[in-house]
Amino acid sequence: MKRTQTAAAATVALLSTLTLVACSSTSGSDSATSCQPAGEPVTLDFTTWIPGIEDVVDIWNKANPDIQVKVQTGPNGNGGTYKNFFNQIEAGNAPDLGQIEYDALPNFRVQDGLVDLGACTEVMAAKDQFVDWTWSQVTLGTDSSVYGIPQDSGPMALFYRKDLFEKNGIPVPTTWAEYADAAQKVRDLGGYITNFSQSDINQFAGFVWQAGGSWFSTSGDSWNVTLDSPESLKVAEYWQGLLDKDLVGTYPAWSDEWNNAYNSGEVWTWVSAVWGANSIASGAPDTAGNWAVAPEPQWTAGGTDAGDWGGSSTAVLKGSKHVYEAAKFALWLNTSPESLTALNKAANLYPATKEGLNLPALKEGVDFYGGQPIYDVFAEASKQVVPDFTWGPTMTQVYADGSDGFKNAVSGTGTLSSALKDVNASTIAALEAQSIPVAGG
Amino acid sequence: MSATDQSTDVIKATRRGTAARGPRENIMSRTAAMVIMGVFTVYFLVPIWWLLVAGSKDTGSILTTNPLWFADFQMFQNIGDLFSYRNGIYFQWLRNSVLYAGLGGAVATFLAGMCGYALAKYRFRGREMIFNVVLGGVLVPATALALPLFLIFSKVSLTNTFWAVFLPSIVSPFGVYLTRIFAAASVPEEILEAARLDGSGEIRTFFRMSIRLMSPALITVFLFQFVTIWNNFFLPLIMLRDESLFPVTFGLYAWNTQLNQLPELRSLVLIGALVSIVPLIVAFLSLQRFWRNGLSAGAVK
Repeated sequence: MKRTQTAAAATVALLSTLTLVACSSTSGSDSATSCQPAGEPVTLDFTTWIPGIEDVVDIWNKANPDIQVKVQTGPNGNGGTYKNFFNQIEAGNAPDLGQIEYDALPNFRVQDGLVDLGACTEVMAAKDQFVDWTWSQVTLGTDSSVYGIPQDSGPMALFYRKDLFEKNGIPVPTTWAEYADAAQKVRDLGGYITNFSQSDINQFAGFVWQAGGSWFSTSGDSWNVTLDSPESLKVAEYWQGLLDKDLVGTYPAWSDEWNNAYNSGEVWTWVSAVWGANSIASGAPDTAGNWAVAPEPQWTAGGTDAGDWGGSSTAVLKGSKHVYEAAKFALWLNTSPESLTALNKAANLYPATKEGLNLPALKEGVDFYGGQPIYDVFAEASKQVVPDFTWGPTMTQVYADGSDGFKNAVSGTGTLSSALKDVNASTIAALEAQSIPVAGG
Repeated sequence: MSATDQSTDVIKATRRGTAARGPRENIMSRTAAMVIMGVFTVYFLVPIWWLLVAGSKDTGSILTTNPLWFADFQMFQNIGDLFSYRNGIYFQWLRNSVLYAGLGGAVATFLAGMCGYALAKYRFRGREMIFNVVLGGVLVPATALALPLFLIFSKVSLTNTFWAVFLPSIVSPFGVYLTRIFAAASVPEEILEAARLDGSGEIRTFFRMSIRLMSPALITVFLFQFVTIWNNFFLPLIMLRDESLFPVTFGLYAWNTQLNQLPELRSLVLIGALVSIVPLIVAFLSLQRFWRNGLSAGAVK
């Protein structure tokens, strides 16, 4: 086992060396796999889509005249930037650093688009600074490889209309069973407890994550596809039950109707990630002061599990000639308090480091939530996120097929469970079509 | 001034003429035509109306107030925010778009005009083959060419530069096709012969005379190409990384994808979209005049 891994690693290293030699535009042939300082001033390209990140990078550039970073922002990953990364890697002119969300990292890994930072001692030493589960999102199930520096995270919690729950004497649900009971009571009052997102199955993935399920796993080089795992089906059946009894709204996520349903008070709660705090505040401005945040409902009473929805890493892309410097910058960007504070201020990024959870900015009460210091809830949730959830290499396909199946289930043809089984099959087919080995497939 | 009076007179005269002598359509078909046109007008204008209304609101009331009527009129404040956000990057995008579309459209028209004229008026070996190849180019969607172009531009290190978007924009196979057809019909051989007899060189004849005869076609090609470049989204998406090179469409798209992180951008995206259609409207309104004149000039013959 160990030996085959070493052999495989050697082959990969050899192949990449050959590719580099073939491209012949790089100076040192093994610069991509080792992690040595260049010993001269370097300029790094960094592509991201975080609004306002220029100011943060300026802080770095002022303090590090020898490692200048040129930042470029564009559309978000699935909006075109990932496609561009692949094209640029193909053409050999990718930026040194790129923002890649956790769910897209395996795809880049499988396509050999990332530099393994395992050789950088600073990176390996930083492991303990990060919340455990965020680190496992970037090691992709390996012990000694790191494919990106965790940047932000999206631990989930329950946003709810405090005023409505109090006025109607409904206790705030702490388990999913209580949540279903509350759903019935809210429906009797003419509202919906929440909106089931049919078009964006990321939220559902977060629920499965919390339930301890995982959609993918790796054994050696091959992938296990478990979209229809027992945990996954349990979550599907739970929501199917709510859908069947018309207890949840089905407005398309992020649409005007969806915002309106929250703004008018028709929909009472949203189980969402930390960044959802701003989505509600901007989408439902008339409800300011009436919201509060509680921990995510649990599957077993007294449980302390949380899911995650979103989050990204800063990865070093294949072809970078300055891996050491790139890794150094990425570490600073995602661990130093000054950078994390600035990123949080500019773009509401929620840190992935343990220290970052205690930033002064994240201790303050938020007016929209009646002055509640809501980030305390998320800091707690972040520590409770189940560490084993793994993304697959074809998430774009999984999301597309999944939302097709979910839309059918919501409109009454098929169920969420059957949709998951279908996606499981289509995902295995997609992996095989790309010659990615599938275990037991 | 007097020209306008004249043309109004002409229109009046034409109207009177039609009323007196033209074939009378029955009222049913006329009403039906008006209703259909009315429906289409509404269909096309409502989104613009919506955009105008949305552009006048602040982020909160965009989602919460009647989408087709004004709530808190603060359009000018929004425009101010738009132009000051991130040191006026939006203005830079607008300038880029005007440069790509305006300059690119002009060069494309010029090249297409020369090419179409040559294909129409000179006989040489391989003329039809060249024309057929160009015609084939009309059928290939620009989107399909974007990726090969990217790889080619990568080889010569021109990606992420002004040229990466500009150079592909100055090629217009449709323009060649149109100008060839038009030159064949509207530039008579006799005039060319006369010019040659008077000792005018071919190049001079082209610039002095043919280009004027072809102007309606050239205006059309320019407008088409201007709009095509302005709306071309895929090419900049693939080619450009540096925000300061973005055209306005792509820049707005990038903002729009960041809404989840920064919902405040919503009002800027909307007012940005509104402002970005102004140059298109200006281009159409100001060139439409030439267009109509030209067409009627051809028709009189």
